[in-house]
Parts: sequence; structure tokens; C-alpha cells
Amino acid sequence: MSILGNRVLRREDPKFLTVGGTYVADLDMPGALHLTFVRSSMAHATITSVDTSMATAMPGVVAAYTHDDLQLANLPTIMGMTNEAMTERILASGTVRYVGEPIVAIVAQSREIAADALERVVVEYEPLTVVIDPVEARKDEALLFPEAGTNTSFALDFGGDAALFDECEVVVEQTLANQRVAPCPLEVRSAAGHMTEDGRLEFGSSTQAPHAVRDTLATFLGLEPDMVHVVTPDVGGGFGAKASVYQEDIIVGWCVHHLGRPVRWTETRSESMLGLGHGRAQIQHVKLGGTREGIVTAYRIEVLQDSGAYTGFGTVLPFMTRVMTPGPYKIAKAECMSISVVTNSTPTTAYRGAGRPEATAAIERMIDIFSREIGMDPAEVRRRNLIGKDEFPFTTPVETIYDCGDYVLALDVALEMAGYDELRAEQQRRRASGDARQLGIGLSSYVEITNGLPGGEFGAVEVQSDGKVIVRTGTSPHGQGHVTAWSMLVAEQMGIAIDDIEVIHGDTDIVPRGGGTMGSRSLQIGGAAVNQAAVDLVEKAKDLAADLFEADRKDIVLDKSNGRFHVVGTPAIARSWGELAAVALANDGTALFAEVDLESVGPTFPFGTHLSVVEVDTETGKVTLLRHIAVDDAGRILNPLLAEGQVHGGIAQGVAQALLEEMIYDADGNPLTSTLADYSFISAAELPSFETRFTETPTPINALGAKGIGESGTIGSAPALHNAVCDAVAHLGVRHIDMPTTPMRVWSAIQEARADNVAESERG
Amino acid sequence: MQIAMTVNGNTQSHDVEARTLLVYYLRDAVGLTGTNVGCDTTSCGACTVLLNGQSVKSCTVLAAQVAGEQVMTIEGLADANGTMGPVQQSFQDCHGLQCGYCTPGMVMAITSLLVENSDPTEEDIRIGLEGNLCRCTGYHNIVESALAASRIPEMRS
Amino acid sequence: MIPAPFDYLRADSLEEAIGLLVEHGDDAKLLAGGHSLLPLMKLRLAQPAVLIDIGHIDELSYVRDDDGDVAIGALTRHHDIATSAVARISAPVLAHVAGQIGDPQVRHRGTIGGSIAHGDPASDLPAVALAMGGTLVVQGPNGRREIDANDFFLSFFEVALAPDELLIEIRVPHAPNSQWGFEKLTKRAQDWAIVGAVAVRTAAGVGVGLVNMGPVPLRSNAVESAVAAGATAAQAAELAAEGTEPSADFNGSVAYRQHVARVLVRRALEKAGV
Repeated sequence: MSILGNRVLRREDPKFLTVGGTYVADLDMPGALHLTFVRSSMAHATITSVDTSMATAMPGVVAAYTHDDLQLANLPTIMGMTNEAMTERILASGTVRYVGEPIVAIVAQSREIAADALERVVVEYEPLTVVIDPVEARKDEALLFPEAGTNTSFALDFGGDAALFDECEVVVEQTLANQRVAPCPLEVRSAAGHMTEDGRLEFGSSTQAPHAVRDTLATFLGLEPDMVHVVTPDVGGGFGAKASVYQEDIIVGWCVHHLGRPVRWTETRSESMLGLGHGRAQIQHVKLGGTREGIVTAYRIEVLQDSGAYTGFGTVLPFMTRVMTPGPYKIAKAECMSISVVTNSTPTTAYRGAGRPEATAAIERMIDIFSREIGMDPAEVRRRNLIGKDEFPFTTPVETIYDCGDYVLALDVALEMAGYDELRAEQQRRRASGDARQLGIGLSSYVEITNGLPGGEFGAVEVQSDGKVIVRTGTSPHGQGHVTAWSMLVAEQMGIAIDDIEVIHGDTDIVPRGGGTMGSRSLQIGGAAVNQAAVDLVEKAKDLAADLFEADRKDIVLDKSNGRFHVVGTPAIARSWGELAAVALANDGTALFAEVDLESVGPTFPFGTHLSVVEVDTETGKVTLLRHIAVDDAGRILNPLLAEGQVHGGIAQGVAQALLEEMIYDADGNPLTSTLADYSFISAAELPSFETRFTETPTPINALGAKGIGESGTIGSAPALHNAVCDAVAHLGVRHIDMPTTPMRVWSAIQEARADNVAESERG
Repeated sequence: MQIAMTVNGNTQSHDVEARTLLVYYLRDAVGLTGTNVGCDTTSCGACTVLLNGQSVKSCTVLAAQVAGEQVMTIEGLADANGTMGPVQQSFQDCHGLQCGYCTPGMVMAITSLLVENSDPTEEDIRIGLEGNLCRCTGYHNIVESALAASRIPEMRS
Repeated sequence: MIPAPFDYLRADSLEEAIGLLVEHGDDAKLLAGGHSLLPLMKLRLAQPAVLIDIGHIDELSYVRDDDGDVAIGALTRHHDIATSAVARISAPVLAHVAGQIGDPQVRHRGTIGGSIAHGDPASDLPAVALAMGGTLVVQGPNGRREIDANDFFLSFFEVALAPDELLIEIRVPHAPNSQWGFEKLTKRAQDWAIVGAVAVRTAAGVGVGLVNMGPVPLRSNAVESAVAAGATAAQAAELAAEGTEPSADFNGSVAYRQHVARVLVRRALEKAGV
């Protein structure tokens, strides 16, 4: 009986449900100093003076540091690809470029004293011209970095075939806003550290990438990596935004090292809204061409990516957008080019989907606009263009090779689950009766890339003499349930009870190397590495057993029902894993273990179709999500409970972007949505329960047949909701409404369409 | 100022500042770190505890305001043997948590909700959780957990 | 997140509270449920030197029938009003509105007195007090006085309370089985209203209040007059924007808010039987 594919409950849960997790802010650090930051209240200004004297004069304030006190380099460029002049300073130096940019680091004896000290630092500014709109920034008139001579931080210069649409019968064009959003993990950023007696820096951070934290701290502090020990406690969500190392993490480490005292830092939510990287922020000029019969033959997306004030991971995300340009469709010609520009706002970073939701959002909206233009049902248009299941591996016009999939099946299942024809009939009834509450139906067929970045993963399995197993993984779960999932894999290979398996992650002494958890990579590369280590360990154990039993290697059997080895035909004479481990130790002092550095064979491509049903109150513009159907395919599902949870969470974030959330700045670069009261973080009251199903098309790319699932829900859901809202009011003459489809936006679109209709009928 | 209150059935007495929020009192003075801080605008509910049996956001209560009163945190819900209560058990059974950060607040909020409404509809629960934000689960399994808990006989008496 | 330091004083009786207010004057703010004041203090938008905690004055927490009115103690929590049998029978719109303020946790702490004395035009309860023709009872060192709700909300976050006075009771006319409508447009359930409208049929006619349509909680006299003159809900609601000065922000332009006010007032009037 295989445990794989079962809804195994999480081993992680009892602790969280009884005493709560241990997050960085929960670490017991008696006597630790508290770090906090004075942050810029100006979007773009020269700092003319910083006076910390009143703060440092307060009892309990230990120090106040500015950029020059730290003598630390800037944060690095992004993978060497971005404009070197635009790297983020460790603390603002001379110029501030976004509201929230840290200027002074204050160290104090308590959280309260630190908060009071903040108010006593006086920073004086000379304002500079603020550039908030990427379209303005692109003009290179007001420059954020005069020495760079441009606001362009990164560009992808592909394509540009002027004749791309020449042969298309029908061409539709639209400018789309994929708006800036805030990732908002429930746990804000937090870090803490102390020095050990032998001069090592012990450090904990709320991160998705402990080894990157270790290596970055080592580099910045001039230490050997083995002089830095990172232990990642529980992390309260990351969603990509905690995959990079922030200047605050580095400054905590510097303070610990410089002061030789324990130091801890936990930002406030208001700080986090401005200091944690933002997501998305693309303006897209999109053009799609095809035949009157609904075949799409050409597609171009030009991306203007908002980097924010400095280069961050967001700067290069158009690269990932481009990788997924044509989505799940067979389009003869497709292009994507991009320019990333700096603006006076928080730097952008990876956020659940990281470049791929933007690609899907663009093409899915255009498919609907194209459908309406040719008067064809949008489900049918999708059906006619989806890559067929026998056409894999499939190379797209942007050279991405999709592994496998049955895209049409996912579409069919979604339509069936939704009762598509009945929904369209209900929609017709309401349109005919002029009901104030209109129904909208929106589809999104997507494919996305997981494990898309280079890099393998480390996995190790060791058996102890008492039969218990220790697994070490280079992944860094923060809610994904790897302890349960990796235990399942090991239990399956070794025939050991799940409760006898310990999974260790996040400790850079115990786990020597690792890529962390992001990009939906963990199962297919991290789980696969652990799985391979378990497979290798079974082989080693069989070698040992063969020696022990003085039998032929090929006659050794592992009985997985009880985790014991015997010679074929004599099951009564058996040795347990623990006994073999003891033998290994006795033989030559080595433990019974296996270690794997699994190399990535390549990315995989989960896919699916989502369908949203919305009701629009045409009198107020308010949108209510009635139903959301999600059919997703991530290859072979290891634990459906965990996979569903990932889809649910992803759907909520995608729906949130389409319906509600936006990080808004005014023209002076002041953030208007910098608390959870102003920023419309979606709640349970705005969402229904979801209707989800998996199809399973195992990938040939890895031994588990598994693709990633962590970001699919977000990628698939936002365009479905977006299309549904636009669909609900399309009959009133509305062509497009940008996300988020807030009540005012929807109502305004209806008004404009009505005004256009009146004008037209008056002319006609 | 010295204040005392009952936390999870035990009397606690500590010296605090007037401005000490209940959430920090519980975390720092009493040492119960299960209750979390997730925002600074009374929006997220991660800090939810029970005050005299009713859910409150402990970030918007001064410790001084509740001197002499009864507070229960997530740590107080399991019985003396550490056996989880029905809401907690339902969360485990229904995969109602991922990163766990919102979880103590959710469990306490649902506990209070079920005391006030022992037979809630799904809509009752969703609206009842309007003050508790989660980023990981999409709320689907949290709602399942609450409904499952509401069907446990001892919750209905 | 951390308020500026202050002195904390607890008043165990109304007399004590007034005495402390007199003593500390402008340096002091009253702390009832704390869900209007503490959020401001945590962001350091308010930094009172002294907080007078009146949250334990049990004698000011009640809902009762009293001489043709429903009398509610200022320190009654929103949850207790929402679940009060007296309120649900005799002032049902008030019970309903109290039951959807913020979220359950906020309702367990926030008080009607705190909400009304705060004078926030975006709060729901002031609009209900106006629509019902309510009366605010205040007490100070010079004794007790009653203020008509129409005269209570002076300007932005400013109410007709002297610095040494406490709001002690809110009275609304007894309106058993009255028809009423309350409509609120929000993006999320826990949000403040983008626009809200309440309509209540009382013995005096139909009262209409507006949430977040100006610097103060508003009563819609134009709509009320139209209804009294026999207009339909749709006709009367056309006047809903008269006398309003809504702000523009990213949730709504002035034109949008005025339009929504017309829609919500119409819907509220329909539910109130107009």
C-alpha cells in the first residue's frame, strides 16, 4: 500500500495549534538589543542633514548608525543583469528615492525605547522631482540616478517584427495594467543574531533562503561562510518577497558583529508595507491577431516593468514573463520585449508567480477581447487554440519547451464542473430582463514554469541505531508542509513509519547547502533529492545486508511493510534498519546514510483552467465572487491535502489582485495604502469556498513525475476573475476594466460605455 | 505599574508600563509567544485572545485595562494532558493551517464565534472571520475547520 | 505600533471620571473600549499625556426601555447592543448596525459612547442616532444635559462635549417593529463605509442618515422632506446628495460617492417601507 498520493495530515500542526510556532520574534534572547530604522518620509530628496544627537542622548539608546558608519557595499545587481548604478544602498546615502527607504539604524535596549528614539532623529531634506509613473520615468527627463543617464534598469530587446500582424484578419490591441501589489505575509520581516564565544555569527531570519542569508552575511561582513550559522525558525509566509536578502538583515548582522551583543529586529506592518518588496507592477501593450474562425496567429506583448527605486528581483521578472509569452496556445508567431525603469517607489520583487501571472493575465484578457471581437464564445476560442496533448514536448515561438500536458481536458473539466451552459443561460436571462445584478463568467487557461531557475538541491537521509531516520533538506518550507511530504517519500522508499522520521531544514550547519523554497521548485528538486537519497540508502543497506547474511546481493529483499531486510526465502531471519545502522557504525565508524546533490534536469510546466462566476451590482459597481472553479494539473500529486491547500491560497491571492488589492502612490510618491486598514488584503468574507480538482499528467522530467503547484492557483485565478468582471458588463458596451475591479472602477466603466453608446446613437 | 490578571487559569502579576499592550504583556511578561502580532492597525486578528470568554484583539487593549480579568490564549486551550480541543483538532483534520502565523488568532476567534453561535452557516463563519486575515490558506480549509468543529457534539451543548 | 508614554488612571465611577477630567483637562483623553483611540495612539497620531480608563464603570452599561425611549449606557459594548433583546425589539436598526461594526473582536470591546463621542463621519452609529432623532445625554461637573443628535456633531471629529464632560447615555425613540433599511458599500466586510445610508420609520416619519458623506455624520433633510411630502423612494433618493460634501479618495470620487448615496438611500428607503 503506497502512502504516496494520500491525504496525509500534517505532522507540523500540533505544535502550531497548541503553543504556536516559533518565529524570529519568539526567540528567547535575554538582554538582546532592539534595532529599528528611521525611514524616509520623502519619495525623492537630497538628505541635507541627519541629526541623531537627541536620540543617542536618550537613556537606553546604544547607537545610531548611518550609511557612512557602516561602510558596507550596496546590495548586488540582480544576477549581473541590471544597471550597476541602481543598486540599493545599505542605508540611504545622500539621496532618498522612496518613502520608507531606511536612513538611520537605531539600536536600543528595548522595543519601546527604540520606538521613542525614532521620533527624536531629525532628517532634513531638499525635495527632488518625483517620478512615480513608469511611463514618465521612461522619458528619462527626471532621473533617479543622474550618473546613469537613464531610468532604464534592465531591458529585453527581442523581436520587433514590424510585419507580425500583417496577415491577420482580425487584430485587437489593448494597454493593460498589472498593478503593483503588496505580498503581505502575516509575519513581517524579522531577524536576530548573536556572536558565539568562538567568533561565529549565529543568525535567524524570517527568510525563504537560509543559505543565501548565510552567504550574503559572510560576504558583507568579510567572514568565511563557515563562520556564519543561520538557523531559520518558523517563517510566517514569504510568497517570494522573502526569497531575497534585505539590507535590514545585513545591518542586523553587522550590528551583532560590531557590537558583540545580541541584536534583534522586527519591523512594524506599516514599515513592511513599504520595506518588503512589492509585486507585479507591469504596464503591458498587447496585440493579438488571428482569423475570424478564432485561430490566433500572432501575439506581441511589450512590457514596461516598474523596478521601484532600485534594482530588485522585480526588475528582471519580465524575463519570466517572456518565457511564458504564448501561454498554453499554439500561436505561430509571438514576441515579448520589455523595459524596466526605476521610479520613486518601493523596489519590486518576486511575488507568487513572479513574472508568470503577468504573462497569463495579458494573454487571457486578450483572448477574451478577441473572442468578443469575432463574436465567438471564449471557451470555444480557447479550445481551438490550446496545444494538443499529443504535441509534447512543445517548443513555443520564444523557445520555451513545455514538457507535457492535456490542456483541453482541463478546460473541459472546468466547464463541466461549472455547468457552463446553465451559467450562460442565466446570464442571458439577467441581460434580457435588465437586472441590476448582472452575472459574469470568466475563464483562464494557463500554463506556467516551475523550477525555472538553474540550481540543483541537496538531500540526505541517515538511519540511526534506534531505527529513527534523520532527513536533511536544502529546501526551506514556510507553510508548505515539507516535513510531512518528505517523510512520505522516505517512508515509501524505506518502509519506515512516518513518525520515526525527522526532517531538518533551515540550519546551515546541519544542512550544508540549499536553494531554499521559491519558484514552486521544492518537490520536484528538493523532494526528489531526498527521494533519491532514500533510494541510494536502500541500496547501501542492501549491500550491508548482503555482507551480513553472506548472501548474494540480488537475493536481498527489503520488506517495506516492516522495514526489515532478509534473504529471499527466509523472511524470518531479518535485520531492521536500526540494526544495520549499528552494524555500519561497528564496522568502520561510519553512519548509515546517503547524500545527494540532485541536478536539475529542467523546469516543468503545470497547467490548468480556472473559471470565475461573479455578480456585478451595476448600480454601485460592487463585484461579488459567487464561485471559483479551479482545475489544475501538477503532474503526479504527492499529497492532495497539501496540494489543494497551495491552490486555495494561490486562488485567494489571484482573486485579491483582480478584485481588490492595489499598492497606490500619489503623484508625490506618498503611499496611500501603507497599512492593512487601507490596503485591501482580502478576507474570508469576500471569498467563497473553492471548487477544485486535479488532473494528473505525470511529467517525464523527474523521477517523481511531479511539477510544482505553489504558484498555479494565483496564476490561473486572477485572469478568470478579471475576465468574469469584464464579461458581466460587456453587453453594456464595456470593453475593458483594469485590475483591481473596485466598485468605482466598474461603475465608471459602465458610465463611460453608456455615454459612448448615447453619443453613438445620437450620431447614428 | 504592577498589574495582575488570570491567564489560562493562572494568576500573573508583573510590572508593566501603562502603554504596554496586552499582546506584548502576554508575549514578553508572561512568556506566552503563541499569540502573534501581524499588523499595527487592528486589522489582522493574529493577536486574538479570549477576554472573559470573548474574542478580542490583544493589540488594541492595554494590559492595564484588563487587570483583574480572565484571559485565555492558544496555550490555554489544550487540556491538562495536552489533548487538543475540538477547534484545534478540526484544524489538524481539515488542514486549516500552513505557515501557522494567523492560526492561534483564528482558533481563538472561532472558539468565541462557536460559543455565540453553535450552529453557524458557512456565511456566518466567513463574516465572523472578517477580522482575521490569512495569506496562506485562502480561508477555504479554515472555514471547513470551523464548520467541522461546530458539528462536534460537545461544541453544541 | 508602540504608543508614546502616558499616565494611566482608572475611574471606577462616573463622579471619579468627571473629577479626573476636571483635574487633567486638555492633557487627558477618555478610554472606553479603546478601539477608536488606541489605534490612533499606536500610530502616534494621538499622544495624550493622560488616559482616564472609564471602561469599568458598569453602571454605564445597559440597554433599557425608559420613558418612551430606548436608553443605552454610553459604555455598552456594540456586541451587547446587538444581542440585547430590548434593542432588537425596540430599536432594531440600532441593534443591527451595532452588530456589523468592524468585526466580532472590535464589537466585544468598542462602545457606543466611544464611537459617537469620537465624531467620525465614517462611523455607522452616529448616522443611526441622527436618523432616529436620538438624544445624547452628557454629564460634567455642572450636572447633566441633553443634546439633540442634530446638534451634537459640530465639525470634523469635533462633538459638542466640553473638555470636562462625559457622554453617559444615548437615547433613541422607542420604535418597536419599526421598518428600517441600512445599506453600506464597502470593498471588504471589515472596512469603513465608502458610503452608508440608514432609513428608519419612526413615529415622526422617516429619518435618513448618511455615513461618510461629509466632514460630519449627516442627516438627509432633503430626502426626509421629500418622503414626508409623499415622494416615492426613488424620487426622494434623487436628493440624497444634497447638502453633502464627500471627500474624494482612491475608493471614490465625489461624483461616485454622491451617486452611490442616491442608490443606497433608495434601497434603504425601500426597506423602510417607502
